[in-house]
Amino acid sequence: MDVHEYQAKEILASHGVEVPPGTVAFSPDQAVYAATELGGSHWVVKAQIHAGARGKAGGVKLCRTYHEVQQAARDLLGKRLVTSQTGPEGKPVQRVYVEVADPFEREIYLGYVLDRKLERVRVIASKHGGMDIEEIAKNTPDELLQVIVEPAVGLQPFQARELAFQLGLNIKQVSRAVKTIMGAYRAFRDNDATMLEINPLVVTKDDKVLALDAKMSFDDNALFRRHNIVDMNDPSQSDPREAQASEHSLNYIGLDGEIGCIVNGAGLAMATMDMIKHAGGNPANFLDVGGGASPERVATAFRLVLSDRRVKVVLVNIFAGINRCDWVAQGVVDAVRAEKIEGVPLVVRLAGTNVEAGKKIIAESGIPIIQADTLAEAAEKAVAAYQGAK
Amino acid sequence: MSILIDEKTPILVQGITGDKGSFHTKEMIDYGSNVVAGVTPGKGGKTHHGVPVFNTVRDAVRETGAQASITFVAPAFCADAIMEAADAGVRLICSITDGIPAQDMMRVKRYFLRFPKDRRPMLVGPNCAGIISPGKAMLGIMPGHIYKQGPVGLISRSGTLGYEAASQLKALGLGISTSVGIGGDPINGSSFLDHLVLFDKDPETQAVLIIGEIGGPQEAEASAWIKENFSKPVIGFVAGLTAPKGRRMGHAGAIISATGDSAAEKTEIMKSYGLTVAPSPAEFGSTVAKVLQSA
Repeated sequence: MDVHEYQAKEILASHGVEVPPGTVAFSPDQAVYAATELGGSHWVVKAQIHAGARGKAGGVKLCRTYHEVQQAARDLLGKRLVTSQTGPEGKPVQRVYVEVADPFEREIYLGYVLDRKLERVRVIASKHGGMDIEEIAKNTPDELLQVIVEPAVGLQPFQARELAFQLGLNIKQVSRAVKTIMGAYRAFRDNDATMLEINPLVVTKDDKVLALDAKMSFDDNALFRRHNIVDMNDPSQSDPREAQASEHSLNYIGLDGEIGCIVNGAGLAMATMDMIKHAGGNPANFLDVGGGASPERVATAFRLVLSDRRVKVVLVNIFAGINRCDWVAQGVVDAVRAEKIEGVPLVVRLAGTNVEAGKKIIAESGIPIIQADTLAEAAEKAVAAYQGAK
Repeated sequence: MSILIDEKTPILVQGITGDKGSFHTKEMIDYGSNVVAGVTPGKGGKTHHGVPVFNTVRDAVRETGAQASITFVAPAFCADAIMEAADAGVRLICSITDGIPAQDMMRVKRYFLRFPKDRRPMLVGPNCAGIISPGKAMLGIMPGHIYKQGPVGLISRSGTLGYEAASQLKALGLGISTSVGIGGDPINGSSFLDHLVLFDKDPETQAVLIIGEIGGPQEAEASAWIKENFSKPVIGFVAGLTAPKGRRMGHAGAIISATGDSAAEKTEIMKSYGLTVAPSPAEFGSTVAKVLQSA
């Protein structure tokens, strides 16, 4: 799960990381009020969306007057911001963050990730902040600083101190940077984050170390014990179909093809998409109905897949392991009847436990369902049905 | 022969009295697995499916000599259950549970380092379908009847895609020595490599099929090792060619976030290290058959 910049900063600030004074606003008037409350003479108004590269896309505006703050908020709110990370449809801007803009001397990069290879938290820092980590890694790979955290004891102050000195900070700045590096680590660990990026971390003329931008992602598997993070969820930032799917504990990801997929198991679902492509078609979605594939879940899956108007054919691929094909088949038949699915060719491939009984239920249902025995046949028949329907 | 388990392996079930634990315990016993004990805190002294139930794994191991365990424990408590089994001396732990927080798994893996290498437990999963040595024993939740005994070793991150491969092999009359599901989580217990080492020494196994997916470094690591060390032919496949970047595809670990994570890159890496790559997920069986014929 992702959160907005201002929320990440709230979390960081509660762990002792210094951030510039700022307030979230939902309207231009609120933005102006925020600026008056914050004081100062320069502000930045930042679009709050779950994606980076906002600056280059015009989502961050520097303002010198209250009028400019109002204008900036008006320009941003209610729009969809398209950045290099959002995809062509962009993300809706429903909140802006108004922040005091003070001059700074240096920009540093500070990031934390769960390293899958080492199975530990990796802290990454660089003297060259303010650009993407990919760019930093490409331009100045030798200056990338890294610390691996030993899980049994956590990040130690000496490790943070070493990093701070390697970043070329003076002694006054070092003690503040250590506080930041340690605090951000605790924010990462105590909230089950999977990624935390402070970019840039800036150093001001009076030796302050401030998190100017912040990004955090959290482990979905740990949300059961992170109610504070769950409360920060902003459903406007995700595809409405994906949000609807997750309400029913289904895994759905919208793509841009024409063949809708309903599959049990994540690996088989990916393989089914690959197979459709292999057969010359394009998958419309990833959808894992889970190992159970109960009739209710199958019905919800049909509703989801068919809510995408691009879908011209639906392919159901169920490998019944612990469940049974006859049960899944009945679920499919019931769902087709209940949802009154018409005009969309339906290809069903069942395999595994009680497959013959399942096929019989489908054949005798009177519904024009195209049956397939193998994965290859299912994909080929779905693509053929799409070409026929076109 | 087979790897990890056979009909003699004494098995304990953690969470034996829960719905899932109970159901799959019966399935495992019916398949021929030697289930000797169950653990549910507070239910010690009872029997379930004719199996004695204990309050702690330590009691169960002491009384029954169980050597392998399977966990049907809710995600919030599963890391604890795995560490309990490790501490009690269980050498093979299979975790079916989907949804364990990554930081919990990080602690589990760190905890395992306290055991010297020759006594370190093997953890299979979490978020996997388990292990089956067809015709001998099952330590998992797979449908046993789709597996035929034979010469192919199978290692898969995904459960259902492993089933797909097993049934394609069976349709061609080909069987499996042991099938291991290593699971779809970003931090898992054992990797392709850990099991390849075992398959290398197993005389029954003549070839190995490894089925990976997007995300993580394990397929590349295994491929490099295979070229230098593995004596038998390996067939590979990576699911998720059509997966978009940065999106989590169902499995917590299935996300393209770094260079080398995508299916296309991993497939290229496999080929460059001499693996035979199945051209599509519909051709697991036929590709393995071809490789076995030419071997």
